[in-house]
Amino acid sequence: MGKTLAEKVWDEHVVRSTEGEPDLLFIDLHLIHEGTSPQAFDGLRLAGRKVRRPDLTLATEDHNVPTLDWDKPIADPVSKTQVDTLRKNAAEFGVRLHPLGDIEQGIVHVVGPQLGLTQPGMTIVCGDSHTSTHGAFGSIAFGIGTSEVEHVLATQTLPQAKPKTMAVTVNGSLPEGVTAKDLVLTLIAHTGTGGGQGYIVEYRGQAIRELSMEGRMTVCNMSIEWGAKAGMIAPDETTFAYIEGKPEAPKGADWDAAVEHWRTLVTDDDATFDKEIVLDASTMTPFVTWGTNPGQGVALGANVPSPEDFSDPSDKLACENALDYMGLEAGQPMRSVKVDTVFVGSCTNGRIEDLRLAAEIIKGHKVAEGTRLLVVPGSVRVRLQAMEEGLDQVFIEAGAEWRGAGCSMCLGMNPDTLQPQERSASTSNRNFEGRQGKGGRTHLVSVPVAAATAVRGTLSSPADLVPAGV
Amino acid sequence: MDKFTSHTGRALPLRRSNVDTDQIIPAVYLKRVTRTGFEDGLFAAWRNDPDFVANKPEYQGVSILVAGPDFGTGSSREHAVWALMDYGFKVVLSSRFADIFRGNSGKAGLLSVPVEQDVIEQLWAAIEADPATELTVDLEARTVTCGDLVAPFQIDDYTRYRLLNGLDDIGITLGNEADIAAYEARRPSWKPVTQGA
Ligand code: SF4
Repeated sequence: MGKTLAEKVWDEHVVRSTEGEPDLLFIDLHLIHEGTSPQAFDGLRLAGRKVRRPDLTLATEDHNVPTLDWDKPIADPVSKTQVDTLRKNAAEFGVRLHPLGDIEQGIVHVVGPQLGLTQPGMTIVCGDSHTSTHGAFGSIAFGIGTSEVEHVLATQTLPQAKPKTMAVTVNGSLPEGVTAKDLVLTLIAHTGTGGGQGYIVEYRGQAIRELSMEGRMTVCNMSIEWGAKAGMIAPDETTFAYIEGKPEAPKGADWDAAVEHWRTLVTDDDATFDKEIVLDASTMTPFVTWGTNPGQGVALGANVPSPEDFSDPSDKLACENALDYMGLEAGQPMRSVKVDTVFVGSCTNGRIEDLRLAAEIIKGHKVAEGTRLLVVPGSVRVRLQAMEEGLDQVFIEAGAEWRGAGCSMCLGMNPDTLQPQERSASTSNRNFEGRQGKGGRTHLVSVPVAAATAVRGTLSSPADLVPAGV
Repeated sequence: MDKFTSHTGRALPLRRSNVDTDQIIPAVYLKRVTRTGFEDGLFAAWRNDPDFVANKPEYQGVSILVAGPDFGTGSSREHAVWALMDYGFKVVLSSRFADIFRGNSGKAGLLSVPVEQDVIEQLWAAIEADPATELTVDLEARTVTCGDLVAPFQIDDYTRYRLLNGLDDIGITLGNEADIAAYEARRPSWKPVTQGA
């Protein structure tokens, strides 16, 4: 019987398999950041161990770094300690680090792909749940805890029980102006936040094939938001074209050998999945969240739901609580929701294509009075590329804040946070209570919705904009 | 990780149930960057109360915690185990542990021992009557002994084997070093590296 993509990649990485025990998997790439690594390194030190494969390990600073004044010492003492500790550990254990101020610094999930280190058929782990992003290249990529970080540092392997497999097939094409973000928000609203629990998911079908690598990363990034262990997309010409020529991509004969292997990384026709979900892209529309988990979403053109709309008592209660926290009225049109801050950035939507799209929509417009727009590139490279294309000027002329690279308001760990009851439209991936600052109210949106919302000050899509200069 | 065969020591009677990981060590202590030194965060919310049992002079230097049911519930933070060990505990007894806490403790080398609640009650009574009372927890024999009281306990064979031999997860994996080296030798040469290509 044939194998799924996930099974192929898994089987290629089994170091040791024993009946009744988890498989021991080899890890091709271990990404590290300042947040979850300090105790792992300290554990190595206590046990007198070293990093087994520094050459398969890469560290970057992202979670705590400021996106303003990044050339000055970090003001927050906790953030500073974490960053300093990472620098010390990287030097002591011989790990390559891209620190603040380095041209390759940025969000770990933006940096890996742009360096060409993320390639098809790999196993990639990081002490961060959005590691699933790298699955867009046809790799098995997932987040791990601090003791697992230590385990991978010491052994370059991880004991793992084999997850089940699921196919999410998205047929048809996305309509004009509807993005990968809308697709994945629609999916999560359909499955709920726990629908993927225990599965490695393969996204497939025409709409997925038609996505750019950036779009595919957006989809895989949010796999964790519906509970999946990992999300992946079979590599194809789009994937190869993206990787070719990147700094760490294979070259010459190595490239040919690599591509030949990568072409085998598809689910066989006679393979079976443990579960399948089928969606139709052609009926999708701009999609936004109204509540406090990523599954609480509706079409932008719809109204805020009412607790009465839910039959399940716990969903009813969740709706009541969410409306209360979010300060929304049941039945109110989503388009009437006034937004204080728009955040364009994060490992979900902080890549060059995202910034281009935002700039294209904003060009010639002004950010609405009483609304602020924060544009935070996912990496220094993205920032420089955007500046080369003049996108920074478009944002600045519109009245936006153009920032340095990092996670920033995605998790509100650096000074970029929401005030209590402040409302954001955010291109990031989590809208939990307090995620972007204590009491902050987050609506997850696509890049076009974010840009249009910044111009109008209420949740909007580009179709709502009066053309610039008219 | 140190080998654990048998431990004898004085004990702290913690007459509370549902002690969750936030009570074991509050979130503010999680910002630290070390693996050790969490003893000051242990039961932090209760420690400034002079009447709190751990503050009493007769319970200084204890190494066994006798807690109420449902110990270690709440968030999965590994710091809870570290804080208990840093404080000097080698063993925790309770009639019921949260699964994640029990898993974390076994991995870090803290022995969590489930015994019946009436055994806990007898131990509390004995320790409170005489804080110098010593308990012996014998992992080989799977028993807790206090004077005439001998109570058996259950622990799965795998965790017991690991504790007896002082093996942590990493130690066990490194026991398969030959398999890892063989795998590394057959990886394709075009796989990416972050340095030294
Ligand atoms: S951008 Fe947000 S989700 Fe992504 S790695 Fe940073 S904090 Fe995590």
